[in-house]
Amino acid sequence: MLKPGETGVIVTLPEGAPSLTRLREMGLLPGTRVEFIRRAPMGDPVEIGVRGALLSLRDAEASLIEVETERAAGV
Amino acid sequence: MKTTGYSEGLVYALVGNPNCGKTTLFNALTGLRQKVGNYPGVTIERKEGEFYSQHGVRLRVIDLPGAYSLNARSPDEAILRDVLLGRRPDTPRPDRIVCVVDASNPERNLYLFTQILELGVPVILVLNMVDVAERNGLRFDVERLAERFGVPVIPMVASQKKGLVELKVAMSRQELPSPKPLLDAMPVPVRGALVRARENLAAAGIVAATASPLEPLYLISGHDPTHYGIAPAAVAMIRLGREQLEREVPGWEDRLVAARYDAIHAALESVVRRPESASATLTDKLDTVLLHKVWGWLALAGTLGFLFYLIFSVVEIPVGWIESGFSALTAKITGTSEIPGWMPDGDLRSLMTDGVISGVSGVIVFLPQILILFFFIGFMEDTGYMARVAFLMDRIMSRVGLTGKSFLPILGSHACAVPGVMAARTIESPRDRLITILVAPLAACSARLPVYLLLIAALVPGKAVPAPMKAGILTGLYAAGIAGVFCFAWLFNKKLLPGAPSAMILELPAYKMPSFANIARQMAGRAWMFIRRAGTVILGLSILLWGASTYPKLRNADGTLSEDKSAALAHSAAGRLGHAIEPVIRPMGADWKIGIGLISSFAAREVFVSTMSVIYNVEAEDDDDGTRRLRDRLAAERRPDGTPVYTPALCASLMVFFVFAMQCLSTIAVVRRETHSWKWPLFQLAYMTGTAWLLATAVYQLISALSS
Repeated sequence: MLKPGETGVIVTLPEGAPSLTRLREMGLLPGTRVEFIRRAPMGDPVEIGVRGALLSLRDAEASLIEVETERAAGV
Repeated sequence: MKTTGYSEGLVYALVGNPNCGKTTLFNALTGLRQKVGNYPGVTIERKEGEFYSQHGVRLRVIDLPGAYSLNARSPDEAILRDVLLGRRPDTPRPDRIVCVVDASNPERNLYLFTQILELGVPVILVLNMVDVAERNGLRFDVERLAERFGVPVIPMVASQKKGLVELKVAMSRQELPSPKPLLDAMPVPVRGALVRARENLAAAGIVAATASPLEPLYLISGHDPTHYGIAPAAVAMIRLGREQLEREVPGWEDRLVAARYDAIHAALESVVRRPESASATLTDKLDTVLLHKVWGWLALAGTLGFLFYLIFSVVEIPVGWIESGFSALTAKITGTSEIPGWMPDGDLRSLMTDGVISGVSGVIVFLPQILILFFFIGFMEDTGYMARVAFLMDRIMSRVGLTGKSFLPILGSHACAVPGVMAARTIESPRDRLITILVAPLAACSARLPVYLLLIAALVPGKAVPAPMKAGILTGLYAAGIAGVFCFAWLFNKKLLPGAPSAMILELPAYKMPSFANIARQMAGRAWMFIRRAGTVILGLSILLWGASTYPKLRNADGTLSEDKSAALAHSAAGRLGHAIEPVIRPMGADWKIGIGLISSFAAREVFVSTMSVIYNVEAEDDDDGTRRLRDRLAAERRPDGTPVYTPALCASLMVFFVFAMQCLSTIAVVRRETHSWKWPLFQLAYMTGTAWLLATAVYQLISALSS
């Protein structure tokens, strides 16, 4: 689980859910670097940076994405 | 090579992700030679334009809605898919495609391009906003890209018309090369399954037997086919095809996406040079403030405060001009005792002044609000701040099953539900849009204010209501409206349109300077659409209502027309209707005179005040004095048994009624226009006015019981 400000690499996204398919189409694939930029002031949704774009998604979707932080991955 | 249709003008489709500058490019290409309409059956603008090449060849350009993928997830994306696949009878299948890509974010933008390349139609790739890309350290080797994709590649800055001539030359070419799809081959099992799906769909008549396997691909992979104008029988077939494909090739969809990104990555690896250091961009700096826990809210409050100032205060100026213009026109027609008017007294003049002119002015008077709200929305969308508002407000709206995108339409409805309902177009999810439209008219619009003020004044007979009490009641009425919005949104979300909550996946585009030309075009388009579609309905209903309150005429014993306006109104169809509904409104404490007011204020809520003036024969003047006279007259009104009619219980009951009732035919006309059926406006009328009646009755009975 990333904290705001941290960058990580996507390990897995569960398959099949339509909203996650859209996230894949927007470039969130295993191996993609993502930056957890910030939470909205009320805690949800979150803002992430991926492939040069800024995306907002809700915790419900974001929490399904398994990410390895870059530090832990030794990058 | 496709050359058919050249003589009558090649049809180009303009496609690209949202925020890629596609609309700016469309405007730069076609200038004023464009038609804005609507795709039949959905609330999506259909924009078509044309221009002539240097050789005088006419080229038609269709500007399609912004989309991330041909796997449609919203009605906008379904339109894009259907037009490109030639599935819409109202739009010609494009001969060629111009794919616009935001050069500062090439990877994600090229995803749609990889799908477009496979359609078998010549494609031109526009790398837009190369200036921004360069500032961010991205450089493109245009020739190598063109070679890799097999299509002409045009670097552009559409907002400055840089590269426009080159694009026009490319578009005018007799022949364009056939593109090389990025994926050398679709994974074999997927292709096999799609060919079989095509056979099934073709047997059911859903696709042509000769259709490419891509057509079933994009029909099957669409998020929810039910919304997108596909026949119910076909939906079942498509679902079946999807299940079959999933069984045969588990995870096929995700594998396909990954293969496309791999191909994009490989194509860009050789071409794009990345800078070593990425410095914080302007967008990052602005977001640190605008999405901050404290400053973010302050900025939002300031922006919305300014919007409210515009739609409450500034709008009064043009509205004043419109109203005085129309009343001057009416005066010319009626004339005075010295100067004869343009028309002699009679039914025709009455139809003209009280029916047609008041109807037309009732339409025109909405324009300032619509223009201001859409200026504001256009400005916020063009700069990129709109997405931030949705980001900030999403948590609150999610409590009732909506997303942050519903916030602005509902907020705007506090000025007037007409532009508010129209603003719901910015919501992609059809379900969220419908719920937003259904609840938006509960927000306390500015037309309720004069009614509230009159009823508050009538609460305390004979003297002015203390300011704190007045403010307290008004605040309560606004709060009741907001509570209504949230309660009904929650209810509709749970019961009427249950379903998985929309995942709010929202791009926060980079901030940029707005294009006022684009905003002005959008404002003009929306205003014209309102006049043409909703305006005609409003005018028709206004004339109908005029007829109902004029006929049949009251005659004196000697056969002359009665001069008593109050008695004439009571005698008219509207007056009789007031009598007829008396049994229904009696439980909420109202009599037939109030019934007439409720019926006539159906045209617009504020008409209640002027109708009550006519009924009680009070000279209606739109000032404090007029209100005071009307208030005193109301206080003096007695029932047959001598008790006052306008008790606090009745005033409270009427206030509650006006909070919830759908007393606005303009809103009904706009909702009918935006939902393409009478079903939803009639449902809205029923649920709102039903709730209003129940709550008003409850309030009246409760207060009466307590005070007796």
